Amino acid sequence: MKQLMLGNAAVARGLYEAGVRVISSYPGTPSTEITEEAAKFPEIDCEWAPNEKVALEVAHGATLGGVRAACAMKHVGLNVAADPLFTISYQGLNAGLVLCVADDPGMHSSQNEQDSRHYAIAAKCPMLEPSDSSEALAFAKRAFELSETFNTPVLLKMCTRVAHSQSVVEPGARVVPPQVPYVKDPMKVMMTVASRKAHERVEARTLALVEFAETTDLNRIEWGSRKLGIITSSTSYQYAREVFGDGASIFKLGLVNPLPVKALQDFAAQVERLVVIEELDPIIENHCKAIGLQVEGKSLLPICGEFSQGLLRERFGLECPPSQALEEPLPARPPVMCAGCPHRGVFYTLKKLGVMVYGDIGCYTLGAVAPLNAMDLNVCMGASCSGLHGFNKAMGREGEKHSVGVIGDSTFCHSGVTGIMDICYNATNSTIIVLDNSITGMTGHQQNPSTGKNLRGEPAAKVDLEALCRAMGFTRVRVEDPYDLAAFEQAVKEELAAEAPSIIISRRSCVMIKGVVHKPPLHVAADRCRSCRSCMKIGCPAITFDGKASIDPTLCVGCGLCRQMCAFDAFREAEA
Amino acid sequence: MTKNILIVGVGGQGTLLASKLLGQLLLSQGYDVKVSEVHGMSQRGGSVTTYVRYGEAVASPVIDRGEADCILSFEPLEAARALPYLKQGGVIVTNTARTAPMSVITGAAQYPEDLVEKLRAKGAAVEALDALPLAEQAGSSKAVNVVLLGKLSRHFPEIPEQAWRAALTAVVPAKLEAVNQTAFTLGREA
Repeated sequence: MKQLMLGNAAVARGLYEAGVRVISSYPGTPSTEITEEAAKFPEIDCEWAPNEKVALEVAHGATLGGVRAACAMKHVGLNVAADPLFTISYQGLNAGLVLCVADDPGMHSSQNEQDSRHYAIAAKCPMLEPSDSSEALAFAKRAFELSETFNTPVLLKMCTRVAHSQSVVEPGARVVPPQVPYVKDPMKVMMTVASRKAHERVEARTLALVEFAETTDLNRIEWGSRKLGIITSSTSYQYAREVFGDGASIFKLGLVNPLPVKALQDFAAQVERLVVIEELDPIIENHCKAIGLQVEGKSLLPICGEFSQGLLRERFGLECPPSQALEEPLPARPPVMCAGCPHRGVFYTLKKLGVMVYGDIGCYTLGAVAPLNAMDLNVCMGASCSGLHGFNKAMGREGEKHSVGVIGDSTFCHSGVTGIMDICYNATNSTIIVLDNSITGMTGHQQNPSTGKNLRGEPAAKVDLEALCRAMGFTRVRVEDPYDLAAFEQAVKEELAAEAPSIIISRRSCVMIKGVVHKPPLHVAADRCRSCRSCMKIGCPAITFDGKASIDPTLCVGCGLCRQMCAFDAFREAEA
Repeated sequence: MTKNILIVGVGGQGTLLASKLLGQLLLSQGYDVKVSEVHGMSQRGGSVTTYVRYGEAVASPVIDRGEADCILSFEPLEAARALPYLKQGGVIVTNTARTAPMSVITGAAQYPEDLVEKLRAKGAAVEALDALPLAEQAGSSKAVNVVLLGKLSRHFPEIPEQAWRAALTAVVPAKLEAVNQTAFTLGREA
């Protein structure tokens, strides 16, 4: 039956129908729902791995055991998983392996705008790129056929607009291939002789895949006017359809690596003007140029940011519908930390102490925005720990006394732990604050190895963060409550002053976790409020100020931070 | 011909249910439908936008400037921000209750006054209502979104009221259905 389905849910459905038995992933927008939706099928063993490298290795291990397996990650996650990917590409499989990767053009929820297609080219793996939910479902299944036919991992590339758009799909039945027996094979040991052989096999495989690309129905031509020929894929295809209709002929690529040669040359020969419409890097365009085609691409369209039908109209000199705006500037509404967020007290304290804060990736990146403005920089997951260590190597004792790294519980497990290990091993007196809110917050509340629950919410082994830090050599490990501003400030001061590396675990559950008990909302006793605005320094969305402070009782969770900011005791608990 | 409904609001206001209901509704009426929204970072109290497009065959999942037949807005500042997306002759259905962005809360910026009048001065057809009292009258302050959907439903003469109500039944939990049907009625009759 036809139904509306999110692109990521359609990938999950495709994985299910393909008979996938194991999925291991690390959450990351816009890829997270692939694994969450797949986990709704009891037939699939789904897990959140500590990071994307582990996820890919687990999925690959499952294919060695003879079942179809998959993993999902965002584009920057593929950087982490790149190490196993390149060698798995050599080694081959015992059952189909699909790596779903979601790019984020426009950086709605990402720190960079890298183009995952480079990885498919570099690791010499085929990559499929759907343009809507229906293709997402179909391509997820086709990816397994390709994987097993060519004995290669296959990348399934999503982007924000395909991953997070719902369109119509028709689900089918699940077909599970029989489990393939495991057989020991010395050629699977990737060193010297076997690796050299494997590389030759990969090169031969690529040639075979190019042959396949010439004729596969994953690519198709939609003939329209031959005055304009467009080569495109993914959501760009949808924009091109919207703008040009049958006013252009479209070579629609579903297999974006490897790209065909002869098929594209034949298409080019039949159109007057040839344009490649692709978001991010000019990969198809450069391929076309390399095979001798005269083509426009990035001379017309930007490398940075997302496309849209409006952008195409503008760049092709077509008429745009009239549009108007109010003359006055409208105050922006960037995302903010939730009312009662345990990170707020930490960043308020760090701002007050004026320390350099090496940030990381998660909800707490919002510690960088006004009015807290308490984060100096961030790079990637885990960099706060290793980066701070390096900073302090350069800055010496003065750096150590005035800098901290902050990292979330999920990020700690992802890749913070190795940097933290380095702090002790290579000896700087760095201070790391672990923001333990017992969940992976920003991506929508996924469990991780430190929460004590697995993906399905069942009880699981729980990393003891304190014990782990001590085991790595930290003698100064303390747990603090970020709702207690005075104690938290004292703790940070002591650890900055200490002549030893230190860990402060700021422990308080995310207020958005189901089942976390909130205190009753506070209210402002108007006769006590002196309009000093001290409470506004913490940037709580539940507090507004109109001559006097007031609290929105629907947002307030009674964390009490405002109360600690107020010298006049204006914030009160509800009368009994 | 593809028709476009732009839903705007503040993260956490229940725009998700609105887009879910519209998706169900339009699919039930035999249209091709695409619904697109961005998850993740922007949901933390920031501006949120959902695109709902329907017609015989919908290509792009997004709505661009000057294309929205209808803007359903949960907050007046967000309606003003979305004005460039309104098609000439299009309609804005907006809630009037303000949610101040952080820059206004901290005093770094002013919340613009008289936004509904300013939008009308630009020639936009604006239907403004304070949905909260109606939602409370229906039995839940959380039904603001359904009140607004009720108001919106008046602008789709080709879709029978019964189809809206059926879509509502499909997307809200059974125990909240009565409240939501009342909220829908109050919005539709407002």
